[in-house]
Amino acid sequence: MSKTATLNIKDEMVNLYLNNLDLISEGSSSLMNHHREEAIQNFRILGIPTLKNEKYKYSKIESVFSNEYEKYFAPKHITFKVDDIFRCDIPELDTHLALVLNGFYMPNPNRLQVMENGVVIGSMIDAAAKYPHLFEKYYNAQAENGSDGLVALNTAFAQDGVFIYVPKGAVCTKPIQVINLLMAEENLLVQYRNLIIMEESSQANVLICDHSLSPKRFVSNVVTEIIVEANAQLEFVKMQNEHNDSTQLTHTYTKQERDSKLITNVLSLHGGFIRNNLYMQLAGEGADAHAYGLYLTDRTQHTDNYTFIDHAVPNCTSNELYKGILDEQATGAFNGRILVRRDAQKTQAYQSNNNLLLTPDAKIRTKPQLEIYADDVKCSHGATVGQIDYEALFYMRARGIGEREAKLLLMFGFTHEVVKQISIESLRERIDDMVNKRLRGELSRCHSCPMNCC
Amino acid sequence: MLVIKDLHAKINDKEILKGINLEVKPGEVHAIMGPNGSGKSTLASVLTGRELVEVTHGSVTFNGKNVLEMPAEIRSREGIFLSFQYPVEIPGVSMVNFMKAAVNEHRKYRNLEPLSASDFLKLLRERKELVEIDSALTNRSVNEGFSGGEKKKNEIFQMAMLEPKLSILDETDSGLDIDALRVVANGVNKLKTAENATIVITHYQRLLDYIVPDFVHILYNGRIVKSAGKELALELEEKGYDWIKNGN
Repeated sequence: MSKTATLNIKDEMVNLYLNNLDLISEGSSSLMNHHREEAIQNFRILGIPTLKNEKYKYSKIESVFSNEYEKYFAPKHITFKVDDIFRCDIPELDTHLALVLNGFYMPNPNRLQVMENGVVIGSMIDAAAKYPHLFEKYYNAQAENGSDGLVALNTAFAQDGVFIYVPKGAVCTKPIQVINLLMAEENLLVQYRNLIIMEESSQANVLICDHSLSPKRFVSNVVTEIIVEANAQLEFVKMQNEHNDSTQLTHTYTKQERDSKLITNVLSLHGGFIRNNLYMQLAGEGADAHAYGLYLTDRTQHTDNYTFIDHAVPNCTSNELYKGILDEQATGAFNGRILVRRDAQKTQAYQSNNNLLLTPDAKIRTKPQLEIYADDVKCSHGATVGQIDYEALFYMRARGIGEREAKLLLMFGFTHEVVKQISIESLRERIDDMVNKRLRGELSRCHSCPMNCC
Repeated sequence: MLVIKDLHAKINDKEILKGINLEVKPGEVHAIMGPNGSGKSTLASVLTGRELVEVTHGSVTFNGKNVLEMPAEIRSREGIFLSFQYPVEIPGVSMVNFMKAAVNEHRKYRNLEPLSASDFLKLLRERKELVEIDSALTNRSVNEGFSGGEKKKNEIFQMAMLEPKLSILDETDSGLDIDALRVVANGVNKLKTAENATIVITHYQRLLDYIVPDFVHILYNGRIVKSAGKELALELEEKGYDWIKNGN
């Protein structure tokens, strides 16, 4: 028997950690290294979540790890210019750009850009060195290492990632765009870490784009921590557009203080296996959270969104809308938990999940979960699973629109309810366009990538 | 233009149309009247290609082409338009996108280039004015949250956009107040030319005060039992459908 067959994934990961700890630490920051030991201990207890774990009931995470993957503990030297092989599909957008290759921040041109108004965009490693006080306060403060093995695994291994800091009162008018690229000659597991700090009364828009550029198996296990302080506003848009051999495991933790506003929009346009965890904590009165999501799946793709909105204090609002279209043999899940704690009076929390199944083989499991311990609240949730509306289809055909085009218009209309929530017009139009392409099957490969990998 | 010969059709094994004969020529307005359940809407469904209805016998030709073999979208592109009795709400699809897709599919069928964005908007504006519909309606999703009157006006607006050769107005007057009725009728009259034709399906004579028919047909129990000029509608209004049911 081979070595991998006899060792289980957990032991393998722990051994990998122990054997490479020096390399991992060397290629990272002492402030991140500081958390590794405890994290690996947690992982030793928790392991990779199995189907027995209620939260992971609908996604076989273990099978993702049954393949062999390379792990890089230092950025690989690359012999190409990223610009030559990758062109962002959102070209007219004027953004502050950050590039991450296989989980390591790419100098572009510097590893840390400091704007005139004090906004910082850069690598986690360099930011930790320059802003230790921010790191000590916020790094790993929200991530639940004690309850989710994948999060603990990330904390143990993550070496770099993106750091965004918007200081008190600063308004970042240009959107910040982070492009995560996966490119390797072998199957690869990447684990990186992002930290976004929005200080009091600051404002920013952050767009994250995930792409895979070579026809190899990729697993990304990514933790992002976001803090939105009093009166601050953040719009966080994540676009997942990877090939069918890619797996994304994302864990996003947000914490909002008094009168802050946060909009998250997770657009899963393409990917083999996607599991997104979103934890939103409303920690200050008057905080307003909006969680939007869209998943478009076909073939044997799988997309699973788990969201947890925690109304910890009174007078907060949350509004959640996730929509999905599943074609062919695609499968998916939505589990939306809303917790209204005992003292969180005057909470308003709304949740909705709507799904369109295009074939008899496509499957979606949807599970709204409302737990309310306060007595003066307004909450609602609803989930629908349906098919293309025959009456609407006939109506459109009766106006001369062919069946395929009519279906596309209907699907596009269905998705637009999520996309229209994006506030930047040029971005919204581009994403509408990408969704349209995706629905037409024209987004079958990663943009200008020369490799026809999906 | 339209020739219907001995048309029989059923829905779920129940025969609804039991031998319809009708010929419509360019420039004509035909009214089809009849009590509930007589087959009026089924006839409209057969003509526009609704798949729930099964034709068991007879033929329908439109400018010499066999209509029954055409899918709904081809019938539309050939120039047959149905104003729905119950227009469908389509959330998320804007009127503008809906009409742009429809107009351009019609143009493609005639080997014409799609309209440019500005030409399309110009056409949209012109036609809105022609049929006097509220400008804001085209900024909304198709029929979503429209009042009954707005939905019917929107049907006539779509008719104006697509310029059909044959328009079938299925109970377009139902649920309309007198002002909306006038707007709808004016729209239909303005669109009337010597080349196109209209079939008005209605319960009541009221609409026919505004859209004056050349011929009135009374449909009863799946057959046209009486055909005459516009005076027939008035006679029917006076005597009621019992007059027909009692075998006259």
